[in-house]
Amino acid sequence: MKGLSKDRLWSIAVLAPSIILIAVFVYGFIARSVYVSMTDWGNDPAQALALDPIIRWVGLANYQELFSGFLQGRFRQEMISTIFFTIFFILGCLGLGLGLALILDRNPKGEGLWRTIFLFPMSLSFIVTGTIWRWMLQPQGGLNQAPTLFGAQPGTFGWLSSSDAILKFDWNKLPLLTASVVGVVLIVMAVRAARSGDRTRTLVAAVCAAILIVWALLIGPNVKMLPAPELHGFNLALIGIIIAAVWQMSGYTMALYLAGLRGIPEELREAAKVDGANDLGLYRHVIFPLLAPISLSAMIVLGHISLKIFDLVYAMAGPDNLATSVPALNMYLTSFRQNQFSLGAAIGTILLILVAFVIVPYLASQFRQEDGHA
Amino acid sequence: MTSAPAKAVPAPTTPRKPVQPGRILMYALLVVAALFFLVPVYLLFATALKSPDAINLATTWHWPAALNWASFGEAWGKIGGNMLNSLFLAVVATLLSALLGSLNGYALSKWKFRGANTLFALMLFGMFIPYQAVLIPLFQFIKSIGLYGSIWGLILAHVVYGIPITTLIFRNFYADVPDALVEAATIDGAGFWSIYRLVIFPISIPGFVVVIIWQFTQVWNEFLFAATLTNTTSQPVTYALSQLAGGQAVSWNLPMAGAILAALPTLLVYILLGRYFVRGLLAGSVKG
Repeated sequence: MKGLSKDRLWSIAVLAPSIILIAVFVYGFIARSVYVSMTDWGNDPAQALALDPIIRWVGLANYQELFSGFLQGRFRQEMISTIFFTIFFILGCLGLGLGLALILDRNPKGEGLWRTIFLFPMSLSFIVTGTIWRWMLQPQGGLNQAPTLFGAQPGTFGWLSSSDAILKFDWNKLPLLTASVVGVVLIVMAVRAARSGDRTRTLVAAVCAAILIVWALLIGPNVKMLPAPELHGFNLALIGIIIAAVWQMSGYTMALYLAGLRGIPEELREAAKVDGANDLGLYRHVIFPLLAPISLSAMIVLGHISLKIFDLVYAMAGPDNLATSVPALNMYLTSFRQNQFSLGAAIGTILLILVAFVIVPYLASQFRQEDGHA
Repeated sequence: MTSAPAKAVPAPTTPRKPVQPGRILMYALLVVAALFFLVPVYLLFATALKSPDAINLATTWHWPAALNWASFGEAWGKIGGNMLNSLFLAVVATLLSALLGSLNGYALSKWKFRGANTLFALMLFGMFIPYQAVLIPLFQFIKSIGLYGSIWGLILAHVVYGIPITTLIFRNFYADVPDALVEAATIDGAGFWSIYRLVIFPISIPGFVVVIIWQFTQVWNEFLFAATLTNTTSQPVTYALSQLAGGQAVSWNLPMAGAILAALPTLLVYILLGRYFVRGLLAGSVKG
């Protein structure tokens, strides 16, 4: 092909508007958000909505405020909530979705109808789902009234309103905990690299792990982010929201797994049977390994949905329920109710970093593969 | 990897009985799962069809003795205008993003240039970002071009942030169109646009169906942009419903009826065209 034919120019011309729009609306706006997050725009209410606000550069002060400021305990609880929410939400969706897919793969009668039932919540908005489940989980109604159908006492669990939490830990220990977790991961990486004979990798991972562990033993316990202990854990009020989220999204994992199962060639199953594998062995050694990449895809898609979820919480528990709040909701309130734009931008940036941790390696690996055999 | 250890006891080879316990267990599990998905729907309709004074906690689960359809009229009165806003928004935004996605997908899959994959990966990242990370500049920008509070500002946002997914779906769709077809057309003297018009576009209907269903559902269901970029006259239905349901003193028949109304369009799309909906869903996990 010639270097720059007329057709090739046309194809670039067609792509150009999208490229420019994405460059501005995604990357430009991200840069702008990061800049705003390093100013004091809106921290003084008088300046927030002024026509010509006086905005000063404050560096990382907003981030420092969020992670260690006296007033931002709500944000710190939300960070922990969003991690717990993500873990339980992903586990719920993967478990239920895989179970349903395995059943449907055995060709029950009326398969299409079952599939329709399991998947329909996907077509609803989180606001609709939230409205329905808000009613289901009213403190003295819905689910709590269900036992009375069988003549039992109504339940008393404070769905959405409970203020209890489990798995609590002191926010001051966060650096220590983080260092320990990263240290353990690095040790595992070092051992793996050593086994596969990669000496540089072994060395780098081992040295990093050693530094972290020495830090965790000697300095870590004395690091105090806050003057007083501040306990955060898994708020039980989140359970109801997790159930509603699983209700909405597990059909998605079912569809993914079902597509995966249907893609496994019949010969492979039969070969395994000929080799003497029973049903259990077939699943353990043949089918589940083949479904692993699907699980990974699903975890990544669900993970990023979960980190930025806020409309479901807004509709189910309202914007001002501290026990169920998440950073994405806080960002909206901070920026557009309180007009504290710089603080809101900082929360948005932190969310972006969390999501990028999940998404960037995934996209990179997907497209490296493709470039390889293209 | 296919050679599973053969130490397991082979399954007993008793002749098949007409009813297998395994099948019964399977159907029992299906029914339990279906209940989990359908019970909220039952409660939704039971509550929406009750008259406000018939709603009390003790009879939450009872089907209404007398059906009261008036809630739907009342709910329509409160969110009907927003439904129409959503309809206009979703139709216009969907058509624009489908057209854009089709052209992008065609250019990216049939006129590959160096770095096309990197460019595409950079584009796709826009699909995954939390919109909170761009919301403040977006709000400022929409305001500065005078579109704050108008549906057109919302349409612009949805079209721009829809580029990644629509491009992805069309790119994967066109990847299955043999390159030989395009090459043959080139030899016949057709160029970029005539190939699109005569070869690619006519066979794109299934791609368009998937993208239109997917985008329509997404735009209809979206909440964050709806809450930040619009005002009372232009708010879409998701925002109106959240206001309807958020009050403390409301009788529950109203938000329930509102939820049914707001869910109806996307639900209908899903029930009538579920196959294509699922295809869009699977494409969303990047590899189609």
